[in-house]
This record gives sequence, structure tokens and C-alpha cells, in this order.
Amino acid sequence: MNQAKLILIAGRSLKQGTGMNIGKESADYQTAVSTLEMNGEDMGRLGLQDGDPVRIKAAGGEAIVNCRGSNVPEGLAFIAYGPWSSQLMDQETHGSGMPDSKGFEVEVERVG
Amino acid sequence: MSADAQPKTVIDDVVCAFCGCVCDDLSVTVEADQITGVKRACALGKAWLLGHSTETDRPVALVDGQPAGLEEAVEVAANLLAEARYPLIYGLSSTYCEAQRQAVALADVLQATIDCCTSVCHGPSGMAMQSVGEPTCSLGEVKNRADLLIYWGSNPAESHPRHFTRYSSIPKGLFRPNGRKDRTVVLVDVRPTPSARAADIFLQIRPGKDFEVIWALRALVQGKAIDDRAVADTGLTLEQIQNLAERMKSCEYGIILVGQGLTQSHGKHMNLTAVFLLVRDLYAHTKFAVMPMRGHGNVTGIDAVLAWQTGYPFGVNFSRGYPRFNPGEFTAVDLLSRGETDAALIVASDPIAVFPRRAIERLKEIPLIAIDTHESETTKVAKVVFTTGTTGIHAEGTLYRMDGIPLRTRQVLPSAYPNDEEVLGQLVARVTELVDN
Repeated sequence: MNQAKLILIAGRSLKQGTGMNIGKESADYQTAVSTLEMNGEDMGRLGLQDGDPVRIKAAGGEAIVNCRGSNVPEGLAFIAYGPWSSQLMDQETHGSGMPDSKGFEVEVERVG
Repeated sequence: MSADAQPKTVIDDVVCAFCGCVCDDLSVTVEADQITGVKRACALGKAWLLGHSTETDRPVALVDGQPAGLEEAVEVAANLLAEARYPLIYGLSSTYCEAQRQAVALADVLQATIDCCTSVCHGPSGMAMQSVGEPTCSLGEVKNRADLLIYWGSNPAESHPRHFTRYSSIPKGLFRPNGRKDRTVVLVDVRPTPSARAADIFLQIRPGKDFEVIWALRALVQGKAIDDRAVADTGLTLEQIQNLAERMKSCEYGIILVGQGLTQSHGKHMNLTAVFLLVRDLYAHTKFAVMPMRGHGNVTGIDAVLAWQTGYPFGVNFSRGYPRFNPGEFTAVDLLSRGETDAALIVASDPIAVFPRRAIERLKEIPLIAIDTHESETTKVAKVVFTTGTTGIHAEGTLYRMDGIPLRTRQVLPSAYPNDEEVLGQLVARVTELVDN
């Protein structure tokens, strides 16, 4: 299998929060916001190991980040708020002012 | 005198302006005009205080990337704003109320749109409040009275690390003398976040199914029967939902602490409307309340300032000479994505790091002015940049905690820069002259 459809959750993380105070150019922040957390079963199906680059495609755009296994449920993926998550968000707010930032479908595929 | 010879000064009761908890019991050690020690802060607060204390080497302003004086930058920025036909003022969640008030005055004189970070965090909570009311309380009531805490779509262990220990589950309260032992903590979320470890009950809900579960809870609280089919796709069993409904009805004082898991997911303001109605239903059984877990240090403050000055909490448009409110029309992501905004002033915020791609592209196309304490993705591309002192470190003013309690920040370090209120005040004065002429 080359790609998988997952539900993406973007949100806060402690390392993203502390990293932005150290500086958005810092390695801590850049790593925190460019890591996709995935379930081990989903990673196994795509032949992925921790640290492998993946391409995420969404309605709003696409981004290439590194993946890491975590305790997210199968079928879900998590990424901390930042420049990469914003590349994936669609601008449609459905009259609320709020774009869909959580719970939208993405395609994840291995890069290389 | 060398830095080594500078005496240490310990400042107590320092107010942290990073997140909506606005903890006001920090102790900060200052040596040689630098913060060298922080006590009682969480990891976020400590990083914020230590990370913002040393910046003194940036110019007070940049115009086209070149260092400029304050007066010159104000002149350029005021002209850009005054010449625009549909300008936007956005951000304001990490500055203090007195500066926010100047931003509203600027929007008024420019006949601009003013929006704040609320529109991309708890704007849907505000819309729900306008629809059905928000039965809320103070964090003091939570500490002293609550025996059932339900965190729904929020992850305080990572976003508000001292919420558990200072305001909700851990502290001993007037009617909860045994603290954590007197309380039940429930977490509802789509994934087992670090906050799940602090909960007695973790309910893992399927993404986008919050409304269905809240509506099922409303039925059960009202004494109506539902069957398994009503909750079949929610990730929860009917038994789990019945158990939660019984806990809600039988507690002495319950609180639902709602996060962006509800506001940013499918349903948005309808999710929050459902929660507020559920709390209203619970009043037939017991005392209950709801509170949004506000993110930035003074995002509650900008809602309050905008509401008291214009009648509306975010997304306010002055183009007809009086305030109008319409989320989706006058909110920043929509205005920018549609290409309507033709100049923007960003205050204490970094939308280029977090907005959707099309909105970012528009910000990069138009004259952009940024006021911030440090370099950001937004200041990197702005035509005019003002460097200001950090609220709560270099500048003092009023902040609103997430429960609407106003707190006065302290200045703990001298500032090499003007504060946000001063820069915005100068822009108001110069723009007023330009508009009047």
C-alpha cells in the first residue's frame, strides 16, 4: 500500500508551545510542528519507520513532514499547529470565521 | 558596573500573560535587566518569561526591511492604512486591554474591519453564547465547589498546564477540602492526550461525533429513552453515555471545560450551542456551568474590549461608520481568502504561521504592517514592522483571565521599546489627521 486516508487532527502540543517561546527558528519548534504522529498499524501498512518523510495531501494543500509513531487511534493522525498544518487547512469557514482545523481527511504517502 | 555585580531582585506575584490561565502567583528573579529565574510557572510560562527577556538588539521599527525611526514608521504605516479601501486590523490576543482599546479606535477612524484570534479559536463559543446564553462561572467557583469536571476537546496538560493544579482538579476548595479526592475528572477527546492520565474516566469519541453525543446526553438528562442506534457511530457505547449522564445529574456542582476540539471540528458553533443547552437542561437536576478554555493570554480581553466598545466580540466591520458583526463575512480568514482586504495591520499575532494557505497568500500580496515583540513569520514579510515591549514583562496593563476576571500585569524588566498602546496611539493620531484632511 502506497498511501492511506487518515483523519487529521491539528492542535497544541507542549513542545510546540515551549518551542515558539525559544524561537520559531529553533530546532525544538521546527521539529515540533513538522512531525506527523501516526498509529503504528497505519505506519506499518505504509512501510514507515519513525523519522521517515511523508507527503500529506488535503483539500487546502499539501506538506511534507516526518512521521513518528504515537498512541493516536488507528485511522487518525496528529500534527501540532504551525506552518505545515496551515498548509493543509482549507479556507472554507462555513460562515463561522473558523476554518476546519481538526477532523478533516488527508492522504498520507511515503516520500521516496 | 559589570553584570556579575548587579544585585538580584526577586519580584513576587508576577502575572503570566502566555495562556488564558493568567496565573498571578509567579516569582521572578531579575539580574542585570535579565530574567534569570522563574518559580511556580509551568513549562510554557517559564519558556515564555525566559524566552522574551533578552531581546534588545532589534530596531524599534523596520520599513521595507531597513531600520527606521518610530516617527518615520508611523508615517508610512498611517498612510498605507489611510489609503486602503478595505483595511483589516487583526490579532490582539497577546496584548493588554488598554492597547486593544487603541486598536478599536483605529478601526473606527479607518472604517476598517477589526478581528481577533477569537475567530480562529473560540469564535464558535461566542456565537453559541449569542444564540442561547452561556451558563458560566469563575475559576474560583470551580476550585471551591466543583465535584465533577468534564474536559471536552481540550488538552490542558499541554495547552494550560497549571489548570489542573491551580484551578480545577487538584486544589483544595472551600467545599472540596480533600482536593482531588473530592472530584471526578472526565476527559472526552478523539485521542488519548497526556491529559487522559489526569482523568478518572477517558471517553474516546470519534472525530466529528461530538454533537451526536451531546444531543444524546440532553435526551438522557431530560429523561427520554434512546437506544443503541442513536449513538452507533460515536465511538462510545450507550452504557458509557448513560453513565456520564447519571454522573452529571447526581453531582453537586459540575463544569464542562470546552476546548478547540469542539470549536474547530465539524459542527463548530452548533457543538457549543448543544453543550450550552445541555448545561441548561442540567439545571433541572443540579448546579452546572460551562467555560471555554481560552488559549492566548488576553484573548478573553479583546473579546471584552470589542464587546464593550462595539457590541460584538470579534469580526467587527466599521465600513458604514457603525459596527456590524457577521462571522464568515467580517472574519479575517474569510476576508483574506476572498481577496477583499487591501491592507492589514497585525498586532501581537502571527497569522502567517497558522492561517490557511490562501489567506497567507493574500497577506503577502498587500501592504502589511506588524506590531510584535519579536520576529515572526508575519514580521518577516511585513512592509512596516514595529518592535514593542512584551505585555507582562516590559509593559503593564489589564488582562482578562479565561473566566473573565481582570488582572493587572506587572512590568518586571525595563523596555528598550515602546509598548503596543503607545504605537497604536500614535497611529490613531496620525491616521485621524490623514482621514480628516
